[in-house]
Amino acid sequence: MTERTETRGLFSRLPQINPVWVLLAALIVAIIFMNPGFVEPTGYMNFLKRAAPLAILAAGQVYVITSGGFDLSVGSLITLVVVGSSMLTNNDPTATYWVIPVMLGIGLGTGLVNGLVVCFLRVPSLIATLGMMITLNGLAFMWSGGAPRGYLPDTFRFFGRELIRDVPLVRFIPVSVIVLIVVVGLFAWLMHRTNLGRQVHAIGDNPVAARLAGVSVNRTRITAFMLSGLSGAIAGILLGGFAGVSTDVGTGYELQAITAAVLGGAQLLGGRGSVPAALGGALALTAIFTLLNFLGLPQPVRQVVQGLILIAAVALAMHRRKQTGT
Amino acid sequence: MSLAEDTPPRKTGFRFERWAPLILLGGALVIYVIVALATGQAQYLTFDNLIAILGRSIALGITAVGQTFVILVASIDLSVASLISATAVLASVVMDGSPAMIVPAVLAALVLGGVVGVTNGIVVSVLKVNPLIATLGMSLIIQGCLSAFVSNFAGEVPAAFQVFAYGEVGPFPIALLFLAGLAVLAWIVLRFTKFGSDMYAVGGNEEAARFAGIKTGRIVVLSHVICSVCAAIAGLYLASRLRSGAPWIGSDGVYDLESIAVVVIGGTVLAGGRGGIWGTMAGMLIFSLIDSVFNIAGVDSFAKQVLRGIIIVAAVAFYAIRSKRIVA
Repeated sequence: MTERTETRGLFSRLPQINPVWVLLAALIVAIIFMNPGFVEPTGYMNFLKRAAPLAILAAGQVYVITSGGFDLSVGSLITLVVVGSSMLTNNDPTATYWVIPVMLGIGLGTGLVNGLVVCFLRVPSLIATLGMMITLNGLAFMWSGGAPRGYLPDTFRFFGRELIRDVPLVRFIPVSVIVLIVVVGLFAWLMHRTNLGRQVHAIGDNPVAARLAGVSVNRTRITAFMLSGLSGAIAGILLGGFAGVSTDVGTGYELQAITAAVLGGAQLLGGRGSVPAALGGALALTAIFTLLNFLGLPQPVRQVVQGLILIAAVALAMHRRKQTGT
Repeated sequence: MSLAEDTPPRKTGFRFERWAPLILLGGALVIYVIVALATGQAQYLTFDNLIAILGRSIALGITAVGQTFVILVASIDLSVASLISATAVLASVVMDGSPAMIVPAVLAALVLGGVVGVTNGIVVSVLKVNPLIATLGMSLIIQGCLSAFVSNFAGEVPAAFQVFAYGEVGPFPIALLFLAGLAVLAWIVLRFTKFGSDMYAVGGNEEAARFAGIKTGRIVVLSHVICSVCAAIAGLYLASRLRSGAPWIGSDGVYDLESIAVVVIGGTVLAGGRGGIWGTMAGMLIFSLIDSVFNIAGVDSFAKQVLRGIIIVAAVAFYAIRSKRIVA
């Protein structure tokens, strides 16, 4: 392999760079051009802070996509986590310490149910997680009685909102960026350095072959869904810190997470996916939104651009695959 | 392969898959009658009420007929909801209260549907973009363009066109008869034409269909056109019923996901190649019966949503649990 790349020279190695990084670099250059303040820590740290929930969500989604499925339930899981936290904490700052583990548990539980439904009831994940999405949305409404009230205490909002000051080099780091680094690092390690990651790839590529090779297909698939659910709960906790409590905080996040993973080259219906590239996809998507904001374009235009990018990214990936013959 | 997927078919005279939609429909009907009797509301058991129940899900039914075609060729269409909004607004703006403009407005809506369908089909079959992503992107594009121009009810539908939604022939609403006619037409196309059998072939195994000489790309594009035109008709129906078009009527009705759920509950397989139009009609009836049961029983609207999610999954599991293949 190394021999071949050496003989083919430097330029033939270029296409091996995941195009998402090129896209991200171009977007960041454009943002710096529009707004030179972006190179200051306040500029890029705020950018990372805003991108953190989506990036974490995309890291979880990659597991499910690589294993061959979809998880549409994470958006409403975010809503449920935010609404549920505000109901459970009930303005009591000391409640945070048990509410957060409960929320992470809800995330894992949601993923577990998704996985069990897909594996044992044999419902395709598109329908299974769609049903979960509708159910969780209904639960969020029921729990809050339709009109969520109260605020999240500052101890809870710590993760989404606070900054750690007096850090050398960058002056400050938002707590959410630390959460981002830890979670994405952990997910990337699990995916690319452990057996679990290899098994996730195997069952997505060819489940029958994976089973014959001794992979426990069901256990691996359920684990993938649980990791996605966990990422949804973490993203919900961060978003609860940014924004207020409402019943539509999570709306649309499931599709953005899938978009981010696909931008990062994850292959729908399984077999290929990378956590760092999904992070790149999430950052690129957030950068696109930031850029459109700077340009003063309204929300509808953002939607159109997101749609075009989504189609173009997949079309390009398919084109590359046809050319390289993989 | 044979290990996982091709267990030899058992020779029983009873093919479960064929009758499953009817079993589910019968179950829903029995529950409906029991709930109506148990709550002492026998007035819900009349013929007129049955018609009224059906009348509430006509837009969903029309959309689901189209969705059946794309799912049969192993594709999917998530752009129907925003297309419904777009055609409803387009038609009502073009009409703007004048009966003379009805024909141009209807044509404009159908052409818009056709263009969207062709685009979807080409992106899916030529650019080989996963249909879920292709139509999701299309949905974002349509919704974005639409809300850039319109933010509230726009235009006005003349009384002559409201006949589509409110007119009646004898005891039957015109729209219901239209839906029935559409279903029969779809059945004829699927059952008796070459295009119909080609669709099953492409959905079952695209590569094999191509080797057998079927122009698979053309079949996929054509079924996307049918789906989008059906969505455009549903948009016209909603414009006629609401007397004006608004940019949120499609997404409010969740027609994209609900039409898929209806098709799947009707026994059409998401992987393509198996299913049919009568299953979809049964799925639509099941959906509207469930809604009526909730209304009669006075279930709180949030709890209704929760139950709905569970019922969709349970209904699909009812078929899927018997399959031996590994699903993802």
